Amino acid sequence: MAEHIVPRKTYFAVFAALLVFTALTVIAANINFGKMNDVIAMTIAVTKMMLVLLFFMHVRYSSRLIWVIVASMFFWLLILLLLTSTDYSSRDWFGSHVGSVVGRQ
Amino acid sequence: MSTNTTAAAGREWRSRFPTVNYLNADYGIKSWLLTKDHKRIAILYLISVTFFFAIGGAYAAAIRLELLTPMGDLMQSATYNKVFTHHGIMMVFFFLIPAIPGVLGNFLIPLMIGAKDMAFPKINLLSWYVFMAGGLLTFSALLFGGVDTGWTFYVPYSTNFSNTYVTLAGLGIFINGFSSILTGLNFIVTTHTMRAPGMTWFRLPLFVWSQYATALIMILGTPVIAITVLLLALERLAHVGIFDPALGGDPVLFQHMFWFYSHPAVYIMILPSMAVISELVATHTRKPVFGYSFVAFSSLAIAVFGFLVWGHHLFVSSQSVYAGMIFSLISFVVAIPSAVKVFNWTATMYKGSISYDTPMLYVFAFIGLFMIGGMTGMFLAALGFDIHVHDTYFVVAHFHYVMVGGTVMGYMGGLHNWWPKMTGRMYPEGWARFAALIIFVGFNLTFFPQFLLGYMGMPRRYHAYPAGEPMWQVLHVMSTGGATVLGIGLLIPAVYFIWSMRYGRFAPANPWPGTGLEWRTASPPPTENFLVTPVVTWEAYEYRPIEEMQVIGPGAPDQTVGGQHPANRGVETEER
Repeated sequence: MAEHIVPRKTYFAVFAALLVFTALTVIAANINFGKMNDVIAMTIAVTKMMLVLLFFMHVRYSSRLIWVIVASMFFWLLILLLLTSTDYSSRDWFGSHVGSVVGRQ
Repeated sequence: MSTNTTAAAGREWRSRFPTVNYLNADYGIKSWLLTKDHKRIAILYLISVTFFFAIGGAYAAAIRLELLTPMGDLMQSATYNKVFTHHGIMMVFFFLIPAIPGVLGNFLIPLMIGAKDMAFPKINLLSWYVFMAGGLLTFSALLFGGVDTGWTFYVPYSTNFSNTYVTLAGLGIFINGFSSILTGLNFIVTTHTMRAPGMTWFRLPLFVWSQYATALIMILGTPVIAITVLLLALERLAHVGIFDPALGGDPVLFQHMFWFYSHPAVYIMILPSMAVISELVATHTRKPVFGYSFVAFSSLAIAVFGFLVWGHHLFVSSQSVYAGMIFSLISFVVAIPSAVKVFNWTATMYKGSISYDTPMLYVFAFIGLFMIGGMTGMFLAALGFDIHVHDTYFVVAHFHYVMVGGTVMGYMGGLHNWWPKMTGRMYPEGWARFAALIIFVGFNLTFFPQFLLGYMGMPRRYHAYPAGEPMWQVLHVMSTGGATVLGIGLLIPAVYFIWSMRYGRFAPANPWPGTGLEWRTASPPPTENFLVTPVVTWEAYEYRPIEEMQVIGPGAPDQTVGGQHPANRGVETEER
């Protein structure tokens, strides 16, 4: 696999973007968006994660095999979230006396 | 093969070959601690996991001694909590998970695929150092005063109440996780990129397939336990509110995240053992493994399905009943690939030329015990029955049948089978068969009574039980007696393995004989494994009956590796 040379400029740009997003995280944490709190926080976090993954970890320039591996990681994360949510989403189906009230935050 | 023939072949081989091998290529403690040779790293792992196994075993002895009588005579409940926690932590994280991949996987994968070493030899050494760092850190937590949460670290006890070294032990396990990831990474890359010419995926020994599947779980699962333990530490130290309901968290979330790794971790323990059994059953019945591709893909299926069943640990933890139904169903499904393996090994034996050498005895033990372990797992996957026996000795007996009856039997069988390759010496066959028998009897005597105890309602993790139940003490005494027998049975191999390193007969290159590439080089192998890169032109497990070997003799070594008609191919085919 040939090494892809990434211009230094790209790294600095990504680094700057990450700093901006970190500042955004702090600002967003201090404002109450109501139901959108989680959505906004997760959007910022996922964007930062993608920047690191694609540029710092060179996935953008890597072979298809690496893409498959990365995709499988996301698939596994999906399993974790999906099967856990089968629990949280259906705890109330039997009525409130069964299951935990904690899940319904 | 008879004793005399093997001995003669061994002498003949030694006289023919240069005497430099990976063991004597270099001397001194530095040459071991800074080695990048996968074979030496495997030996380092062998020594370390044996050390941790001994510690875990000592705690097991303490548990069994306490339960000899109904009263808490030997220790108080707080001490007992620590003892079973230490037993679990040591055995799970520092023996069962690293043992077979660390020792046999590291030693054999490059040899089996015809490579000179792992893809990343330095990372391989690093993984051992990380393992030791994690292991010793956790061990130090136990020495300073210990942990009393159980190896599962359930919240809220571990975060809000336990006044023991939870964070330190957790840190050790966190660090140890990186060792697993590094090993897994090395196995995957090595299998993808280092195979010898002609070694296609479907010519790989099934050992490599299973180790590959294990490595996938290690890479995909271990980060989750690392983060979970980290969150636990954060919750404990800074009360961030992930698991604490008072702060908006959910304790059951911990169980979800913990078991997302820890259930697949069961397959990290059992898959490498299945890897060993596939090899042993073919070698010692002189037949190709029945349904090669089914066995190969069943390993991958177990790795994938293993990730979908964790909720069966949460049936009584206030998990939704509907989620419980889904997890119960998928748990039944995971039995299918496991059953494929057991049926295929049994079918392999059919009309085979079955030997009763020690490795094969462990195969018999594995199949029988794993069957019981697996089938009782089906009991536990059923929602109704699980509620009856949850957190009882039935569960303890079940997972010991899988872990000890499965993993330890496979590990022992593998150690015996490849001991001649690792050390260049034969172990004493008579003693080894005797020890295998003792271990089998001791194991069953220890754990079978626990099924009955659990079914009668004896809870796990209790240091005392009602004296008014006379049958309970009888069963506990049987179990403790069995544990003693099992302990002695495990000490015998420890003694004769050490003895054999100095006094054992010289091993020929291929004592059984096997068809894998690892048998086509000297015992012990040279540092670079093969003097000439082997070219593979044959399928996996092209065995012929042992009688044929005895009639026509082992044959002359091939002048070139491979490239010959299977019938003419001798046992030893390495050009030197």
